[in-house]
Amino acid sequence: MGPVTHRAYLDHAATTPMLPAARTRWLQVSEMAGNPSSLHAAGRLVRQVVEEARESIAADLGTRPSAVIFTSGGTESDNLAVKGLFWQREPRVETPPRVLASSIEHHAVLDPVQWLAAHEGAQVEWLGVDALGRVSLAQIEESLRGGDVALCTVMWANNEVGTIEPVRQIAALCREAGVPFHTDAVQSLGQIPLNVAEVGAHAVTISSHKIGGPFGVGALILDPALTLTPIMHGGGQERDIRSGTFDAPAIAAFAVAVQHAVTHQPAHAAHIRELRDQLVTAVLHAVPGSVLNGPVSTSGSSPTSGDEVRLPGNAHFSFPGCEGDALLMLLDAAGIDCSTGSACTAGIPEPSHVLLAMGVDEPTARASLRFSLGRSTTADDVEAVVRALPAAVERAARAGLMTARARR
Amino acid sequence: MPRWASHGRRVMKVIAAMSGGVDSAVAAARVIDAGHEVVGIHLALSRKSHADTAGSRGCCTLDDARDARRVADMLGIPFYVWDFSERFAADVIEDFVSEYEQGRTPNPCLRCNEQIKFSAVLDRALAMDFDAVATGHYARIKRGLDGVELHRAVDSDKDQSYVLGVLRADQLEHAIFPLGDDLKSTVRLEAEKRGLLVARKPDSHDICFIPDGDTAGFLEGRLGRSPGQIVDVTTGAVLAEHNGTFGFTIGQRRGLRISQPADDGAPRYVVDIDITTRQVTVGPPELLDIRGIEGIRPIWAGSPLGATPVSVMAQVRAHGDPVPAFAWISGGRLIVDLCEPIRGLARGQAVVLYDRTRVLGSATVDVTKPVSVPRDAIPPESAPRSLVDSTVHGSA
Repeated sequence: MGPVTHRAYLDHAATTPMLPAARTRWLQVSEMAGNPSSLHAAGRLVRQVVEEARESIAADLGTRPSAVIFTSGGTESDNLAVKGLFWQREPRVETPPRVLASSIEHHAVLDPVQWLAAHEGAQVEWLGVDALGRVSLAQIEESLRGGDVALCTVMWANNEVGTIEPVRQIAALCREAGVPFHTDAVQSLGQIPLNVAEVGAHAVTISSHKIGGPFGVGALILDPALTLTPIMHGGGQERDIRSGTFDAPAIAAFAVAVQHAVTHQPAHAAHIRELRDQLVTAVLHAVPGSVLNGPVSTSGSSPTSGDEVRLPGNAHFSFPGCEGDALLMLLDAAGIDCSTGSACTAGIPEPSHVLLAMGVDEPTARASLRFSLGRSTTADDVEAVVRALPAAVERAARAGLMTARARR
Repeated sequence: MPRWASHGRRVMKVIAAMSGGVDSAVAAARVIDAGHEVVGIHLALSRKSHADTAGSRGCCTLDDARDARRVADMLGIPFYVWDFSERFAADVIEDFVSEYEQGRTPNPCLRCNEQIKFSAVLDRALAMDFDAVATGHYARIKRGLDGVELHRAVDSDKDQSYVLGVLRADQLEHAIFPLGDDLKSTVRLEAEKRGLLVARKPDSHDICFIPDGDTAGFLEGRLGRSPGQIVDVTTGAVLAEHNGTFGFTIGQRRGLRISQPADDGAPRYVVDIDITTRQVTVGPPELLDIRGIEGIRPIWAGSPLGATPVSVMAQVRAHGDPVPAFAWISGGRLIVDLCEPIRGLARGQAVVLYDRTRVLGSATVDVTKPVSVPRDAIPPESAPRSLVDSTVHGSA
């Protein structure tokens, strides 16, 4: 390894650099003094900023302003939707209500669902996925038929392997059954078309820092016909669903980022899709034995057709025999920022529950890496990965061999 | 000039094992200063978060992992957590439990150095094209005529060569101990000067996987209760009941919970543990005096001893005084004939042999020979000779 001159940031699914326009707006609003909930002139001015942001986001996502509930980000929106919808349901004493959840959810959904099962008696039905990470509509239909479902939650697109789920069809099934449908769209926004009304979901999670807005802000788009039990009680903001003083500068900048994401989605998707396809072809060629996880995107599919099967910025590989964390470390040293894509506990990567649900064995699941592309990604970044990867894989395979030998 | 300094030499890629304490922090800083390419690693030895043990002085708490990460940040080096919890559970904790179950008293720190830090971690580092692993141990590595040598640290109070006595030459070849030439007080001062936030952190002493220090309680949890009797060696009287022989160590005086004092009022010590009858025998301290040791699993830092007795210094505790002895190999076992008696040595402990400051090797104590039993005949083939006389680099 020589000295690193170029760093390739390929972890945009974790977070992506802030847009200059969002930063400008952020700083602008940060100079305003009032609390948006105050009734005086200073308060009204900031209130106006928040409401304009709400209207802007609603228009961009094809929904009504009253549907937009600002939160602290994706995790809070997911918790609010899952717990809030569960608690909102009339308690049935005889049988606790059921929750339908896909087995490949982000931990921000997975963990609240498991918590409800452990502490609130929720009967959870985990929706399995096929080898490409897709849920089965037939299973969902069947499960909904069982009745007494408090909510169904299936992510719009998976954060690890990029699989896009049939949310429109799931929403239709849920509406027919009278069951609230929540979908985590944190990874989808900006990469694929996202129109809430068109899809018909009752609750949609979005996050700001994944699309070039500031950290610490997000929203739950909640069908105004529904309400849910709040997690945070206090000043009664956001129709009493989410108390707490508005972070006006972050909300205003978030709206700028949403508008940018939606307006530029087709061009952005085309840009990252092309580079992603180059990356996938080059990696599979450069590293014998490497495997692409998740669906193969159909070449030529129109960015607006809505029939895309994989997020255009996502590439996820397994390098059998290697350890993902060794690869990560070696690539980091070679100037590549990427991720295993799965959660870690105190810095220790866990084998991905998503890959395990897709039927991947544990050693292969541990041998995985995610590259996620974004606005700043260039062909140089892709080349840097392809240059660094073979040597890193070779060393990580030796490290993997050590571990395997030691386990015997 | 320390061996690991890079002046005019090749820049090495070094893994700095960072516990979150002051020693490993300064060790990492020194290797960076020497011009090497350093990556900080914190070993996760338990999957449980030790959030509830913030007050303990073991290692591996959340605070320690955070401190290690912050030190790496300050030093400007990459930092990762390596998960060796499975290996640690299998090779250190299980071994610890099973040794106690067998009536022996293991030293888990030696085991960790042997099996984890300088085996699993080193192997992984070498596989990933690193050249060496640096730790904050107080010991010195020198180059002698026969190759790499392990020596005691300059700071005799902190010297940790004993717990490194389980390392072979091929492991020492890739080990860096940047603190061996300095006093602990110097290292602490240096940490302050460097502005490392861990400069005033207390040393850790406990067994890291038993943060509350209750070894007997830990073992009872793992092995279950298996009651037996505590018997006086002279009178044969049953003095008390116990919950399991694993709660006892040869030479132990405290925590016997014997209500009835000895006839002469003298304190009583554990002098024998029988796992088949579950009987713990207590008696006067004189019975603990031993004049010889037989060790199994000998490990050599340099060339192994042979059948010819050589004059050595033998040390049986991390901070115990070494005693002069003759040592040789017989039937694969290390025989150590002590020139002065040692009081209270438990089976399962390590005996580390030194030639003055240099570590020759070690073995696990399997048999201890009380002073009362006749001395083994020294093998007739050769008279005892001094190792010092036979080595060219030995000097007064």
